[in-house]
Amino acid sequence: MSTDEKDAPPRTARTRLAVAGARATTESVFGARPRGDRVSNRLFLALLLLGLAVAMAGLATMIIWAIVEGSPRLNMDLITNGPSTLNIDQAGYRPAILGSIYVIGGVIALILPLGVGAAVYLEEYADKSRWWNRLFELNIQNLAGVPSIVFGILGLAFIVRQPLGLGFVPAAGAITIALLVLPTVILASREAIRAVPPSIREGSLALGATQWQTTWRQVLPAATSGILTGVILAVARAIGEAAPLLLVGAVTFVTFDPSFFSPGFTTLPTQIFDWAGRPQEQFQVLAAAGVLIMLALVLVMNSFAVWLRNRFEQKW
Amino acid sequence: MTNHLTQEIARPRPATAGDVEEAPAVQHTEISVRPDEFRQRGPVEHKEKTFELNNVSVSYGKARAVNDVTMDIFHQNITALIGPSGCGKSTLLRSLNRMNDLIPSARVDGQLLYHGADIYGPKVDPVQVRKVIGMVFQKPNPFPKSIYDNVAFGPRTTGIKGDMDEIVEKALTRAGLWDEVKDRLDDNAYGMSGGQQQRLCIARCIAVEPDVILMDEPCSALDPISTGRIEDLMLELKERYSIVIVTHNMQQAARVSDMTAFLMVELTADEKSRWGELIEYDDTTKIFTNPGDSRTEDYISGKVG
Ligand SMILES: Nc1ncnc2c1ncn2[C@@H]1O[C@H](COP(=O)(O)OP(=O)(O)OP(=O)(O)O)[C@@H](O)[C@H]1O
Ligand SMILES: [Mg+2]
Repeated sequence: MSTDEKDAPPRTARTRLAVAGARATTESVFGARPRGDRVSNRLFLALLLLGLAVAMAGLATMIIWAIVEGSPRLNMDLITNGPSTLNIDQAGYRPAILGSIYVIGGVIALILPLGVGAAVYLEEYADKSRWWNRLFELNIQNLAGVPSIVFGILGLAFIVRQPLGLGFVPAAGAITIALLVLPTVILASREAIRAVPPSIREGSLALGATQWQTTWRQVLPAATSGILTGVILAVARAIGEAAPLLLVGAVTFVTFDPSFFSPGFTTLPTQIFDWAGRPQEQFQVLAAAGVLIMLALVLVMNSFAVWLRNRFEQKW
Repeated sequence: MTNHLTQEIARPRPATAGDVEEAPAVQHTEISVRPDEFRQRGPVEHKEKTFELNNVSVSYGKARAVNDVTMDIFHQNITALIGPSGCGKSTLLRSLNRMNDLIPSARVDGQLLYHGADIYGPKVDPVQVRKVIGMVFQKPNPFPKSIYDNVAFGPRTTGIKGDMDEIVEKALTRAGLWDEVKDRLDDNAYGMSGGQQQRLCIARCIAVEPDVILMDEPCSALDPISTGRIEDLMLELKERYSIVIVTHNMQQAARVSDMTAFLMVELTADEKSRWGELIEYDDTTKIFTNPGDSRTEDYISGKVG
């Protein structure tokens, strides 16, 4: 055989077999697989769909249950009246709603400056080659995974008791929840700040703006919608926290309107927790109606976050 | 622009300079920039020095990017930096207004004088340096704000006093953009074309009344028409400012610049480390028609790089 036939297609059965074998091996590496594997692909897809279906079914069941169960009590009394064990059919969530608003308001007021400040420091100022900055980052990431009850104990030990000694007041609840969501807010804000391209910073600095001016007038405005989205999602998550608040003084039965620095407050989830634990049928209905209030609140906040993101999204 | 060109043409050309310019052009027939591509010009007027670079080297960490550059950059001149990719043109340009300070590993050695003052001196604030030495980047980088706010940002932050509307209009007019955008000053700058965005960046830069404008491949993302407009703009701006431009476009360097510096990558014998070196720096006409170094000639005639 002459050498110029070297590159011609293989002719013998043995070569064809070898070539087919080689191709099959390569294809199995790169994922273009023959029939047998298509079945496992289908199976995997079916498993994914099943997971999705279970999640959707769970959500739907919960919403439908709450609507069916709670619908008899969906009236203004639910929002304007305080709790009562004598007059159950007129009992409502007024102090709980106010307590939740106080706590959430305090949380937002605390985490916005703290969370954004920490994120700005880590993204714009920190020298990543320093060990302490890397330690901060690692700690924040780990803190985001600490169970909420741990923050409750921390709040009880250091905020309610000494050294802050605030007592069982809404402010203590707000500080505790703020500590709980702070790592999440820092991580989200850093992500939003990092999404601002470096060319914007360079452009600003090249005009003779200081780093401070660049951060305040270019980077933060460009990152605002991203930061707010992160903050709202974190706070919407925190609205549902009951455990840490129970530890720092959210009692389950409060008939008066709360005040930020005076003892005695309750929040929506703690109140629901209380009603749901009682045997009478009317309390069950009341708890379901409370769940609807919370769902509506979370839905409104999340929709606002989505709206913010779509409205101010900057395409670079 | 035409206005300016006629001025240039009207400027008398001494007979001797003309002889020197034309004779070599015949000898170097393979040079890709034809003599008619040169802007009609008289001999370069070397006014006062804007920058004096004395043995300037820039390193990133241990790696030297530009080695031992000594050159003077003159006022009201357009100075072009040319050379193959990676030879350190951007690095050298960014060291002129201390943008290199933003890269933690970057270090500048040697002496870099701006109007006689060492801009790397111990008491010098880089922010002050960047106020007088502006920069236009390769990729247009308008701020995600209105056209008006883009131009007003610089004067506002650097505390320039005066009627802001007037400052904005003047800068946009000088950048040749006013007529195109005067009816949509409140629109987001990201809605403009690439060429308009780049002229907006130039307007933004001249709004703070700098003394020098550094441009790093300002036309590389633009079509020939936008490029032509920006070149015209540079020739107009040079009446007031000194301009240093990095370009990969030989024709562009030949068309607009007065002085050209050619940099090249040097390798150690074992090819383990590489750095940029200034090969030749002279009048643009001389560089493109009668270069003193064979490597310059090879590069601009397209034989290497
Ligand atoms: N931020 C940086 N950190 C480390 N090294 C860098 C950095 N920027 C540039 N360099 C190195 O410095 C050398 C010169 O780069 P520079 O960007 O100045 O080249 P250039 O001449 O502008 O190239 P081009 O024509 O491709 O823009 C290159 O070897 C590059 O790898
Ligand atoms: Mg470059």
